[in-house]
Amino acid sequence: MLLHIDNDHNRFRQIIKGKIKENLRKYISQGEMVGRKGKDLISIPLPQIDLPRFQFGDNGQGGASQGDGEPGDPLGGDPGDGGAGEAGNQPGQHLREVELTLEELAEILGDELELPNIQPKGKKEIISKKDRYTGISRVGPESLRHFKRTFREALKRQIISGQFTYERPHIVPIREDYRYRSWKTTKLPESNAVIIYMMDVSGSMWDEQKHIVRLETFWIDTWLHYQYKGVATRYLIHDAQAGEVDRDTFFSVRENGGTVISSAYELCAKIMQENYPAEEWNIYAFHFSDGDNWSREDNKLCAEILREKILPKVNLFGYGQVESTYGSGEFIDFLDENITGFDNLVLSYIPDKDSIYDSIKDFLGKGK
Amino acid sequence: MQTLTEKDVLSIQPEIEKIAAQYGLDYFPIIFELVDYDTMSQLAAYGGFPVRYPHWRFGMEYDQLSKGYRYGLQTIYEMVINTNPCYAYLMRSNPLVDQKLVMAHVYAHCDFFKNNYYFAHTNRKMIDEMANHAIRVRRHIDAHGLDTVESFIDTCLSIENLIDYHSPYIRRQAGKKEPEQTAPRKAVKKLRSKKYMERYINPPEFIEAQMKELEKQQVDHRALPEKPERDVLFFLMEHAPLQNWQHDILGIIREEAYYFAPQGMTKIMNEGWATYWHSTMMTEKLLHPSEVIDYAEHHSGTIANHPGRLNPYRIGFLLFKDIEERWNKGRFGKAYEECEDILAKKHWDTAAGLGRQKIFEVRKLYNDITFIDTFLTEDFCREHKLFSFAYNKSNKQYEIESREFKTIKQRLLQNLTNLGQPIISVIDANFQNRGELLLQHQFEETELDKNYAADTLKNLQAIWKRPVHIQSILEERPVLWSFTGEEFKQTWISGN
Repeated sequence: MLLHIDNDHNRFRQIIKGKIKENLRKYISQGEMVGRKGKDLISIPLPQIDLPRFQFGDNGQGGASQGDGEPGDPLGGDPGDGGAGEAGNQPGQHLREVELTLEELAEILGDELELPNIQPKGKKEIISKKDRYTGISRVGPESLRHFKRTFREALKRQIISGQFTYERPHIVPIREDYRYRSWKTTKLPESNAVIIYMMDVSGSMWDEQKHIVRLETFWIDTWLHYQYKGVATRYLIHDAQAGEVDRDTFFSVRENGGTVISSAYELCAKIMQENYPAEEWNIYAFHFSDGDNWSREDNKLCAEILREKILPKVNLFGYGQVESTYGSGEFIDFLDENITGFDNLVLSYIPDKDSIYDSIKDFLGKGK
Repeated sequence: MQTLTEKDVLSIQPEIEKIAAQYGLDYFPIIFELVDYDTMSQLAAYGGFPVRYPHWRFGMEYDQLSKGYRYGLQTIYEMVINTNPCYAYLMRSNPLVDQKLVMAHVYAHCDFFKNNYYFAHTNRKMIDEMANHAIRVRRHIDAHGLDTVESFIDTCLSIENLIDYHSPYIRRQAGKKEPEQTAPRKAVKKLRSKKYMERYINPPEFIEAQMKELEKQQVDHRALPEKPERDVLFFLMEHAPLQNWQHDILGIIREEAYYFAPQGMTKIMNEGWATYWHSTMMTEKLLHPSEVIDYAEHHSGTIANHPGRLNPYRIGFLLFKDIEERWNKGRFGKAYEECEDILAKKHWDTAAGLGRQKIFEVRKLYNDITFIDTFLTEDFCREHKLFSFAYNKSNKQYEIESREFKTIKQRLLQNLTNLGQPIISVIDANFQNRGELLLQHQFEETELDKNYAADTLKNLQAIWKRPVHIQSILEERPVLWSFTGEEFKQTWISGN
C-alpha cells in the first residue's frame, strides 16, 4: 500500500523546527531543555502546535465513570477523556512534547545564531578500533565456540556420511565441526576535541550564577558535539585551589574559600600538556567566574599562564563572567586590557539569563 | 510464533461471515487487508483512508501513533471504515485468535454502519471522495503555493467542529419560504397634493415604484441569519468573502467533518455493539478450546474499566447485554415499572424472549444520547458502580460527586451533547451594523477556554475579514470576546 505519510510527517517536523527556531531565545534562557535530554534525543514542550478550537476550559466539566469510592473521594488518575464525551478537560493540553535529535537541535542553533562551522585543526581524525562479533570461523579459542553451529555441522556431516540414525540420534562433533565466533574490527573516527570547563565555586557564586553556567555549557556541548565526532569533556572547579571533578559535582559543589583563578589555569595547562597534545587535539577551554579574584598579583599570573601555556594551544578560550552582588567583577576588564594579540580569546559578560543567547553567540560565533 | 500469512487469516473469513449472517448481522461486503504496524499507524493517522489531502496534522498523528506503538503504549488492533464495500485493516503481527475476534468485531461494526439511522446519509464511496479532495487540494497548492493553502486549511480545521450535527436528519428551514408579509405594510409616502391633483402628482406608477423600493428595503434589513445558525461553516461558505479556492477548501473540510460526525455520535453504541457480537460469536461458535485463555485476556482488556474514564466498549457492551436480558425476561413496560415488590421485580421473568429482536431495533434507531437516555437504568448504575464526578474548585481536583442515578445520567448526557463540545451558533452577521460577525455560545455549565477561544477567533476573523465576536459567560457574567484583526479584547456585557 502506498501512502503519502512521509510528506506530511516531514512537513510536521519542519513546522516543529520552525517553531523551535522562533522560540529559541526563550528556550535558551529558560533552560527548559536541559533537564529533558536523553541519549541522543531531546524532548521539547512546544506550545501552539495544536489547532485551536472553541472548547471547554480545563476545569469545571464533570463526567461519569465506574468504580468504587464514596462521594467526595478524589478521582484516581486524570479524568482524561472526561467520561464518554470527548470533552477537552485535560490540563496541560496546550503543550505538546516533541522530540528532536541533538543534531537537529544543533542545526537549529547554528542557523539561528548564524554560527560558522568549525575548521578543525590538527590531524583530521584519530582512528580507534572496535571489535564486533559478526562472523563464524573454523579456528578460535574454546571460549568462543559456537555450540549450535558446531552441532549443526556435526549433524550435517553425520547425515552425509550415513552415521546418523533416527533411532539413536547421537551427535558427536569432531575437530572439523568446531565453529567459533569471530569478530570484525571496525575503525571509528575518534574523539579529537576536548572541552575543559572551569568554574569558580567560591562563596560568591550563587545558585543563580551556577544555573547560568549550566545553561551555557549545555548549548556549548550541543554545538561542539555536533561539530566533532566525539568530544571529551573535563570539569575543573576552583576556589583558592583547583581540582578536577565529575560533571555532577561540577554543578553541585559549593565551597566557601576565596578565589585564586590562576590555580585553575595552572591545572588546565597541566591537563592539556599531559593529555592533549595541541597538534592532535582541538582544545576548548571555558572559564566561568564572577570576576572577583584574590589579588592583582594573581591576575598577572593568570595572564601569564594564558599567554604562554594556554592560548597558543587552544582553539578557543572562553571566559564568561556572571554578575555577582559581591566582588568587584574586574577580571574581565583586566583580561581585556592585558591580553592582546590572541584572536582565540573570547570574553563574554553574562549579567542575566537573557544574555545567555548573546553570550553563546560570542563564544561560538568565531568558527574556531 | 510464526507470522501469519495473508492466506492464513483470510481463510477464516468465510466461516466468520457465515456465522455473522446466521446471527442476522447485515453488512456490506468486507475487504480485509493485513498491514504492519507502520502502515497501520499511517492509516490511523489518515482516519482509515489511504488517500487524504496533504496536511501536517496527519504527520503529527502518525508521529504519535507510531511512537505509541514502538514504546509499547498502545496497539491498534483494527481499523474499519464506513464505506461500501467496507475496508478493514488487520494488524499482521497479531495471533490467529486475535484476528478471529477482530474480524467478528469488524462484521458488527459494518452491520452498524449499514443499518444505524445516523449513518444513513453518509457517503459510502468516501474513499473516492477523499481521493478527489486530495486532488483538488493539491491543485490549489500548485496554483497558490503550499504555505498559503496550508495556513488556510489550518484556519478551516480550527473551526471544523462548528457544524450542525443533526442537520443531515432534519430540515431546519422548511422549504425556505419567503416570509409572509404579516407585518403591516408601511404606507407609501405620498407627495402632498390637492385632491383633484392627486392623479397627476402621485400617479399609480409612482406609487407602485415607491412600494417596490419599500419592500426591497425591508428585505435588506432582515436580520442575517434569521435564526441562529449552528452550521457556522455553511454560513461562512454562503456569506464570507472567500476566493473560489478557499470556498472549495472550506467545503471539503465541512464535508469531511459531516462524514465523520456519526462516528462521534455513536461511539458507545458502535463499540458496544461490536464488542457484544465478538463476544457472542467467539464464545458460541468460533473459539477453539485451546484459544480460550488468549481470547479471555484480549476481551477483558477490551472491556477493562479505566478509573476516571468511561470505557465506551465496556459501557456499550454492558448496556446491550442489559437490554437483551430485560427484553428476554419481559422487564419493561407499565406492569414492570409500576411493580413495587422488590422480590417480584428481582425474579421477574415473563419469558418474553424479545432480547435479540430488541437490540437489533436499538442499533437501528438510536444514537449515544438517546441510547443512554432510554436504556440507562437505576439498577444498571448500581450494579455496575457508576458514579458522577465533578471538579472541586476549592481543592482543585476531580472528585466523585454522586452515586445518584439522576446526576449520573445527567452528567453522561451532558458529556455526549454536541459530542462534548460547546454549542455555538452565528447570531448576527451585521453586528453593530458594521458587518461584524457575532457568535453565541449557548452556556450550560462550563466556561469556554479563553486562550483557545482567542486563537480560534483569530482564525475566524481571517475568514470573515471583518471583526468577529463571541458571547459567552465568564465567572457568571456575560462576556464578549472579540478579535478585531489586530487584537483580542474582552468586554463585559452589562444591562440585560
